[in-house]
Amino acid sequence: MEKIYTHENLRTDSLKPKKSTIEFLLSYSKALSVIKYKKLEFETLLN
Amino acid sequence: MKERQLFDCKSNCMEQTLQDSVLVADYIKGDEKSLEILINKHSHRIYSFIYSKVYDKDITEDIFQDTFIKVINTLKKGNYNEEGKFLPWVMRIAHNLVIDHFRKNSRMPKFEGSDDFNIFSVLGDQTLNVEKQIIKDQVETDVKNLIDGLPDDQREVLIMRMYKDMSFKEIAQQTDVSINTALGRMRYAIINLRKMVEKNQIVLTN
Repeated sequence: MEKIYTHENLRTDSLKPKKSTIEFLLSYSKALSVIKYKKLEFETLLN
Repeated sequence: MKERQLFDCKSNCMEQTLQDSVLVADYIKGDEKSLEILINKHSHRIYSFIYSKVYDKDITEDIFQDTFIKVINTLKKGNYNEEGKFLPWVMRIAHNLVIDHFRKNSRMPKFEGSDDFNIFSVLGDQTLNVEKQIIKDQVETDVKNLIDGLPDDQREVLIMRMYKDMSFKEIAQQTDVSINTALGRMRYAIINLRKMVEKNQIVLTN
């Protein structure tokens, strides 16, 4: 049966995270450092 | 021909996973740029996957962010051991977070009694107690007797309107009069009922 498209499909290229989200993740990654000492693990988040 | 295509696809997939594993290894070594490439490379697929489940852009954004925070934490701690399968691994994290989201916001609203709000102040037992039931029956009998005391044409219109839930147009058609006549009969029926209530001093409240 023929399909009736009454609603415009969401443009697929709009399905991307916001720039700010990616920037946040990148700075989070830069700020996070994990230091291991023997069996201990230290997480530091430097802003 | 098909085999060739399959081979191309396979080699592409291999190339991609190979690239991913190189990028992951570089990132673990401390190359932050690799993470940026990985995120940009897969953001569309992961974002669309989450969106296809939650249908809300803000929630998708949150889950997307949480997914990569988990990825970053795992990679930085050196706990990642699924080399060569980066995307499926990230997708699984995203999938689990989507499930968590639905668990947290279970579609069934929950009500718990607290000092500020008690569900039983809103929800009540709607059934009447014996006394109220007797009064209700009495009122209904009184109303029935009053209606019986109305002239035939008025009684007919009132029953059709109030008990049979018919429109005035339908009443007019069925009784073969104009709508205005039907409306007038209804008006007189109510006026007469009021008069009878007053005259007989009937209390019609529960």
